[in-house]
Formats: sequence, C-alpha cells, structure tokens
Amino acid sequence: MHDHAVLRVVSKLLMPFIFLFALYVQFHGDFGPGGGFQAGVIFGAGMILYALIFGLKAARKVAPLHYLRAQLSLGVLLYAGTGIVGLVQGSNYLDYSVLAHDPAHGQEYGIMLIEMGVLLTVSSAMTLIFYLFAGQDH
Amino acid sequence: MISTHLPILQVLVPLLAAPVLALLRGRTLSYLVATGFVVVAFLIAIGLTIQVVHTGAVSYAIGNWAPPLGIEYRIDELTVIMLLMVTGIASAVLIGGGQSIAVEIPERRAPLFFALFCLNVAGLIGMTVTGDVFNLFVFLEISSLSTYALVAMGRDRRALTAAYQYLVIGTVGATFYVIGVGLLYMMTGTLNMADLTARVSGVESTLTIKTALAFLFIGLGVKLGMMPVHFWLPNAYAQAPSTVSAFLAGTATKVAVYVMLRIVFGIFGIGIFTSSYLADVVIALGIFAMVAASVSAIFQSDAKRLLAYSSLAQIGYILFALGLATEAGLTAAILHLFNHGLMKATLFLALTAVALRLGRTRLEDFDGLAQAMPATMLAFAVAALSLVGVPLTIGFVSKWYLLAAAFDRDGVLVAAVILGSSLLALLYLWPLVERAYFRKRPAGAPEIEEAPLALILAMWALVAVNVFLGVNSQFTVNLAANAARHLIGAVP
Repeated sequence: MHDHAVLRVVSKLLMPFIFLFALYVQFHGDFGPGGGFQAGVIFGAGMILYALIFGLKAARKVAPLHYLRAQLSLGVLLYAGTGIVGLVQGSNYLDYSVLAHDPAHGQEYGIMLIEMGVLLTVSSAMTLIFYLFAGQDH
Repeated sequence: MISTHLPILQVLVPLLAAPVLALLRGRTLSYLVATGFVVVAFLIAIGLTIQVVHTGAVSYAIGNWAPPLGIEYRIDELTVIMLLMVTGIASAVLIGGGQSIAVEIPERRAPLFFALFCLNVAGLIGMTVTGDVFNLFVFLEISSLSTYALVAMGRDRRALTAAYQYLVIGTVGATFYVIGVGLLYMMTGTLNMADLTARVSGVESTLTIKTALAFLFIGLGVKLGMMPVHFWLPNAYAQAPSTVSAFLAGTATKVAVYVMLRIVFGIFGIGIFTSSYLADVVIALGIFAMVAASVSAIFQSDAKRLLAYSSLAQIGYILFALGLATEAGLTAAILHLFNHGLMKATLFLALTAVALRLGRTRLEDFDGLAQAMPATMLAFAVAALSLVGVPLTIGFVSKWYLLAAAFDRDGVLVAAVILGSSLLALLYLWPLVERAYFRKRPAGAPEIEEAPLALILAMWALVAVNVFLGVNSQFTVNLAANAARHLIGAVP
C-alpha cells in the first residue's frame, strides 16, 4: 500500500499518537481502566499498522524477529523476577509490600513492574503473530 | 526458610525455564538447561513429599494474600503423588529422550521445543498444586496450548491434523470447564476450593449447582480422554514426537483425572455425586471404555495407536473405580492413576527407542526386535506384563485393589468384566511381545543397534520403580488410602 499517499501520510501522523496512547494506558493503569495487556495490544496495533502501510520488510527493520522473540521472553522474566524479589526479601512470591520501605509504595512499584512485563510480552506477541501470518510465503 | 517456599518453586522452576529456553540457541545447550530445570523440579517434588508425609498438608498464599481472597497453593497426599509422577516422568523422558529429540526435532526449533515442554510440565504441576478453580483453568490452558504445539511438531504432516483436532475439541473442553466454574462462582461467590466445599453444601440442591457439575464433568471428561469424547487422543498420541507421546501418555490425562477427583469429590462432595445419576453414568462409561477401547486396541496396526487405545481402556478402569464412590474405590482409582502413568510412560519410552532405530512403530517392525534390542524389549515386556496385571508389578497392586473395591459394591459380575478386560489387554499386548521374541528379523532388514544408554537407563529406572512398588506396595497404597479418606471426608 506504499503508493497510497493519503494512507501513508495519515498513518505517519497517527503513529506517534498510537504509541503515546499505549504508554498512557500503561502508566494510567493504576488510576483508571487500562494496564499492561491493553497497552500491549495498542502498541502492537501501532506496529501492525506500520507493517501494513510500509510493508513487512520495513517493519522488520524497525523490530527484527529475534529482537521481538527476546522481548517476549524478557517480559515474562520481568514479571516472574518481580515475584522472586518478594521471595528473596523474605516474604511470599509476588508479595509487593516488601519492595519498598512503605508497603503501599511497594505495592505500587510491584504492579508497575509486572504490568511493564505484560506490556513487553503482549506487544511483541501481537507483532510476532502478525509477522508470522503475513510472512507465510517466505 | 526455603522449604516454606517449595510449593511456589515447584511451579516456578519449570515455568521460568520456558522464557530462558526461548532466549537460547542451539540444541545441546537448551537440552541441558531444560533437563536441569526439570530435574530440579523433581527434587522439589521429593522435598514436598517428605514435608507432607511428616507434617501433613501444606498451604501457600501467593502474594501473601490470605485465602480465600488470595490464590492458595495446597499440597496434600494426593497432590504429592501426582507431583512425583509428573516431574519424575518428565525427568525420565528428557534424560532418556535426548537422542530421539535430536532426530525428530530440527535444530532451529529445538530451544522452542524444550520451552514448550517445560511450559507443559509447569502447567500440569500448576493444575496439581493450586487450590483455586480459576487458577486451575489458567494452568489447564498453559498445559493444553503447549500440548497442541508439541503435538504439531510430530514426524509428518498428519501431526498438524491431529494437533488441530485436539485444539478444537480441547478448547471446547476448557470452555465447558470455565462455564462450570462461572456457575459455581455465581452461586457461592468464591473460587477457593476449600471455601467452595463449605459453601456448596448449602445450595447443593439447586439446579445451577447441578448444571455446574455437569459442565465441569464433561469439560474434564474431554481432557482426560473419557470414552465417548475421546477421539482426539489416539491421533494426538500417535502423531506427536515420540518423547512427547511418552510424557503425555504418562501424565496429561492423569492430571485431568486428578482435577476431576478434586472437583467432584473435593468440592461437590460424595452426596451429590451418588444421589444424582452421575455415579452410575461414570461406572457405565468406565465399563464401556474398558471393553470397547481394549477391543479397538486389538485391531490397531501401529504400536503407538495401540497403546493410545490401551490408555483409553485404563482410563476406563480409573473412571469405574471413581464411580464406585467408596473409600476402597477411590483408593484403587488413585493407585491406578499413579501406576498406569508409570507403566504407560515405560511402554512409550520403549517405543521411542524403536522409533529412533527404525523410524516407525508398526506391528510388523517388531519382528525379531528382541535380538537386536534386548534391553529395550525386556523393559517393554515387563511393563506390558504389568499392564495386564501380573503379580510382583504395580499393575497387579492396582488391579487387586480395583477388584476388591468392585466386589464390595457390585459383586461378581463387574469383577468378571474387569478380569475379562485384563484378558483383552493380554490379547492386544501379546502380539508385540510374541513378534519381538519368537520371530526372526525379516531377511534383508537393516542392521540395528540397541537404544542409546541414556534411554535404556531411563526406561529401566521406571521399570525398577514399577517392580519395587509392586513388591513393596505399602508406600503408595498408604498415600492413596490417606488421600481417598481425605477426599471422601472421613477425616475432615
């Protein structure tokens, strides 16, 4: 769809706002609706839009396959690692209260960290699934 | 210190192995890492068993949120039996199956294969340890999704069809399960198993609870290979990579039966089970599977399919024992759950060796195999005898308790059916043994070697456990009897 000037221009204009909105949903998750999964889907949708308009090749330059696979795993490891920090600090797995001096702060940090893990994994999974379906002829 | 965290580490170790493995490259490295993680999980299971035997059930609150609000992991006798079985068989399959995996899985897919394998182990362990019905659903999905992908990695393209068939029917099963959980939640407002047990008893005569039981029963029935909804199982077992068949046949359906025990007896209680027609239905389905699946097994031309049908028949025994709804019946069901997993894993490991050397497992390929692969075929023969129920093996122990339980409740007729079905087992297993020992290799057949040492060791380790527990049956029988007493509610 590279020759459609309107699509190209409009999607180029939209792209930064899509990614920004993803980050908004991510960091606003503890005050309102949102969180890592929703943000990850929006982020992945941004990547998919880019791949649709500018082609799979260009998208793979921005986010190579091996990079996405690594991100997929790192997200899970960040989530599980946050839980293990609680374990090491002498409490139960996934207890965030011990992450900071104040339990309330600890809970906030914990949620932020695991939702970050969810964002990493979901956004790369969405993009990867699209890559795999779109690149089946290769 | 660390011993208080064993319940979560049991799940976490194989679960963490998956993302680590997905980051790795190369077959040897990922094989070593996966095997290391799974063996550690087995050691943790042994540690948990010691804890439970000495101090009784263990409870662990995830995130330090006290149950019933938070997710609880709960380990008792029944749990450790399953944990030992799942992690033990997973270790044996990985240690023994290295070469087979190297042949059947292409190099670049190897890390992902091991990642999926570890995810599957983590899912099955999670289903076993969790005390929360929704958490159980999540682990059910983890293990199911990884199984679909593992089956699809099979030797030829038919594996894709088998995996797809399993995907569709398995998803229906999981959906039924979650609908049942939804109905339960609607009536009780809780997802914690212990809390559910307390709250269901007040509303157990309502139609909603009965519908929930029906949905849960059918959903889990699909997953455990109950006879009329079993048709995904033979294809999946026959087409999956050999090592995956060995692991799945030993564990996956057994864990589903375990969940059914937990839900039907643990949550709904024996009263609703026997007062509805469900108990009779389960007995009828069990007897149907014992006979029909054994007869189907006789007519199979591929050894893997033959053993898959045999699994369906053995599930029939377990369902039948479960349907008796007596303490003796449940003891027999739990015993056979463990024993059958052990026997089938041994048999499928022997088939892994045959597939590794011959590239296929049709019945006629077994001609004269005992000369070429004596250790493999002897392990196969011992496990086959155990499956038939010959004394000094665990197969005899569970058949003995099964017969005793059947006599107690339904008398001679049903016991005769069990014996008849055992004869059918002899009938479908004998051709394999007879071909291996009393026939010659066909002229012009390629020379083959014995299976690799690691595989022989893994097989014989399982055979040794089989015979050891067949002679000293006290340990497993006591665990099973205690677990049955807890389930049936004699000891609160």
